[in-house]
Amino acid sequence: MSAVVAEHDDHHDHHDHGPQKGVLRWIITTNHKDIGTLYLVFALAMFFVGGTMALIIRSELFEPGLQFVDPNFFNSMTTMHALVMVFGAVMPAFVGLANWMIPMMIGAPDMALPRMNNMSFWMLVAGVLLLASTLFMEGGAPSAGWTLYPPLVLQTGKAFPFAIFSVHMLGISSIMGAINVIATIFNMRAPGMTLMKMPLFVWTWLITAFLLIAIMPVFAGAVTMLLTDRFFDTSFFDAAGGGDPVLYQHIFWFFGHPEVYVMILPTFGVASTIIPVFARKPLFGYSSMVYATGAIAFLSFIVWAHHMFTVGLPIAGELYFMYATMLIAIPTGVKVFNWTATMWKGSMTFETPMLFSIAFVVLFTMGGFTGLMMSVAPVDFQYHDTYFIVAHFHYTLVPASIFILMAAGYYWLPKWTGNMYNEKIGQLHFWLSAISVNILFFPQHFLGLAGMPRRIPDYAIQFADWNMVSSIGAFIYGFSQLLFVYIVIDTIRGGTGKVSAEVWEDASKHSLEWTVPSPAPYHTFTTPPESIPTEHF
Amino acid sequence: MKKTKQLLACLVLMALGLGTAHADYTLNLVQGVTQLSHELYDLHMLILWICVFIGIAVFGTMFYSIFHHRKSKGHQAATFHENTTVEIVWTIIPTLILVGMAIPATKAVIDLDKVQESEMSIKVTGKQWYWDYEYLDNGIHFESHLDEASEKVHRQKDGDPRTVANYLLNVDKPLVVPTKKKIRFLFTAADVIHSWWVPDLGWKKDANPGFINEAWTYVENPGVYRGQCTELCGRDHGFMPVVVIAMEQDRYDAWVKETLDKQNQAPDLAEQSRSVLMAKGESVYLKNCVACHQIDGKGISGWYPALRGSEKVTGNMDQLIGFIQAGTSKMPAFRKLPDNELAQLITYIRNAPELGNNVGDEIQPDKITPKWDDDE
Repeated sequence: MSAVVAEHDDHHDHHDHGPQKGVLRWIITTNHKDIGTLYLVFALAMFFVGGTMALIIRSELFEPGLQFVDPNFFNSMTTMHALVMVFGAVMPAFVGLANWMIPMMIGAPDMALPRMNNMSFWMLVAGVLLLASTLFMEGGAPSAGWTLYPPLVLQTGKAFPFAIFSVHMLGISSIMGAINVIATIFNMRAPGMTLMKMPLFVWTWLITAFLLIAIMPVFAGAVTMLLTDRFFDTSFFDAAGGGDPVLYQHIFWFFGHPEVYVMILPTFGVASTIIPVFARKPLFGYSSMVYATGAIAFLSFIVWAHHMFTVGLPIAGELYFMYATMLIAIPTGVKVFNWTATMWKGSMTFETPMLFSIAFVVLFTMGGFTGLMMSVAPVDFQYHDTYFIVAHFHYTLVPASIFILMAAGYYWLPKWTGNMYNEKIGQLHFWLSAISVNILFFPQHFLGLAGMPRRIPDYAIQFADWNMVSSIGAFIYGFSQLLFVYIVIDTIRGGTGKVSAEVWEDASKHSLEWTVPSPAPYHTFTTPPESIPTEHF
Repeated sequence: MKKTKQLLACLVLMALGLGTAHADYTLNLVQGVTQLSHELYDLHMLILWICVFIGIAVFGTMFYSIFHHRKSKGHQAATFHENTTVEIVWTIIPTLILVGMAIPATKAVIDLDKVQESEMSIKVTGKQWYWDYEYLDNGIHFESHLDEASEKVHRQKDGDPRTVANYLLNVDKPLVVPTKKKIRFLFTAADVIHSWWVPDLGWKKDANPGFINEAWTYVENPGVYRGQCTELCGRDHGFMPVVVIAMEQDRYDAWVKETLDKQNQAPDLAEQSRSVLMAKGESVYLKNCVACHQIDGKGISGWYPALRGSEKVTGNMDQLIGFIQAGTSKMPAFRKLPDNELAQLITYIRNAPELGNNVGDEIQPDKITPKWDDDE
């Protein structure tokens, strides 16, 4: 491969093959690896911004009584924490991984639409900055929750139109990213790589991209209706004008439920990539994994009102959305069983990526269990809008999506930088994270069942103990993530030494990225690979 | 590394210490006090145990594998990567479990929906940030606000919540219901969406502005049952609790009579001493004004104006009365505030040291003449 690149360098009439020098490289880049890096660095920065907001929340909740912040600012923090984590950290991190890895996994030279790729990233930055700027506006940042339910959200101060415009920008950015992923996967696979031979990360991202294209316009539509309700005298969500505030919730969750799968499907893909490599065994049930992902994506469109069981649905609606939601347990269960079967009779080693992946399987399954409990509509009349749901979705996001993003970081950093990360500190990072994340979120199940509503800045005395434990866990978890930043910088600077092209034992049997040198050259697969790995299906 | 271990050890000890020091927290869902809440509790436990068993099976297998099938023990990797039989089995078994869960769940959904044939109805209106209760059968109608003790503590930086009984879970006027009667609740809201939840009754229900939701309960035994608003409804969402007191029929009947008598009484316009005006004025302020204008009268910049040193408050008395009665586009009109409470409130806000005002005057209830031309 490198010989091919060198040959091209000799032709000066071809455009330059190396990166631009200086800052301009990052601003005008159309290279999938550069853009992937930009996305990943931005996501990591936003992870700490959103995390700081979470620590403000947990500080206020450390003890009963109001100690640090005004309730309105508290509500802004819960709202902004969610928006920043969802749209600024988790989604961009997976787009970053997609940019880096999809072309390398399918043997393509770059993404199909490189200029749009650049625009999509900078639109994201602009959108998130616009959102963050609302923190400094009169009346404060949006404080009606990330779901932006009317009529409450219409009481937002000057920030209101800015928050909505930022949602539009984030949506456009996501749609462009999704179109790019689909175009790349459909058009640029190496010869011989049929759809059913693609690595699962590519598969899950393909399905995620379709979800994004389907849902983002719906969300944009919903917030635009909010905008016209406030400024142009429409009454989509105002009963006084013949509208219905619950209509917004239906539209929002038609977006919102697939949206949470946008954050979890690529997570499944990475887990299905990492576990076989460290189990030294092919992934169990490749095709059932693909079908399960498709099934989950399909179901995600027809279960939205399970977020609204207490809103006053007719009984037929309650029953339908309950049954449909319970069905999700089946394909999700298949996935968990498949990962377990992949490990079964393997020859496992436990480097940091594997540790994070195993923790993902276990802790995500716990989030799945509470999800199953809440799918049962009548009992959800107790669970709904309490800390039980807070515990549930944080289990499916933090020790699931975030852990897998960390696993992906450790797994591919050697390929990206050419250097090995510090395994000892990596494992320390893992153990601190895995223990503290449970101290942080497990007690929230108890709080919710005991009757503590979510989104409250102060609480009754009987909730004091577990809130304190949870806050302690939050601080340990938050600060231990700084280790990751240290490890990334350390690895870029040399880490513990150079790595081979393959990095992990027999990894090149699983996926194409391990067949190119480490660090991956600026351009890879300018000619298609001659053969494709077969170990992963 | 050593430090981390110490930290973790501290944390575990702390968690244990906390666990033994207080016995008043709970880990599980309440069983509640109605048949419905018991049914939901049983359903909750059923699913919880199903999850525990599946968890033990899956995680047990996984950890057996993690322990035995490792390279460091010299385990050679097998090469299998599919098994149709196994895959069909682990699709069908979960499906059957789900069907088993769906049957009692369906029954519970139907039971929750049985609002028909109720013996009395109460209309509950959520407002920022209190509940408004209206007994449709006898005309009792009152507002239920967070109690004064909690109000004072959570609004003061140095307040100690542990000194207040039922901190944030107590109200000035609880909802009183009879035992052994099927009660239908009608929910709506005046401004934004709220949600009315008493865990002991087994459910919560959203109160949507412009629409009416229904739910029902049948409480077996007398008692005090507490809950909170569970739908984010703005700044003071955390400060609008629900308290339901269930009484046996005869005591309930007495309560109805007493409450109706009080409700129908004309306000007492007799002269009051200045200290009474001020003390009662504070209660009126804490109930009606503090959510926006705050306990120190400073308001919230960008949202609610300050009363401290405000021209409107300390200036012409008649204009102030008219202003409070008329309201503004942002402030509700307090036209229904009885004259005695209005006199107390006005005396308080003009003179309260907590609000930083000291005009040095007072107004008696009989001196309040309507400044608002009520055309209703």
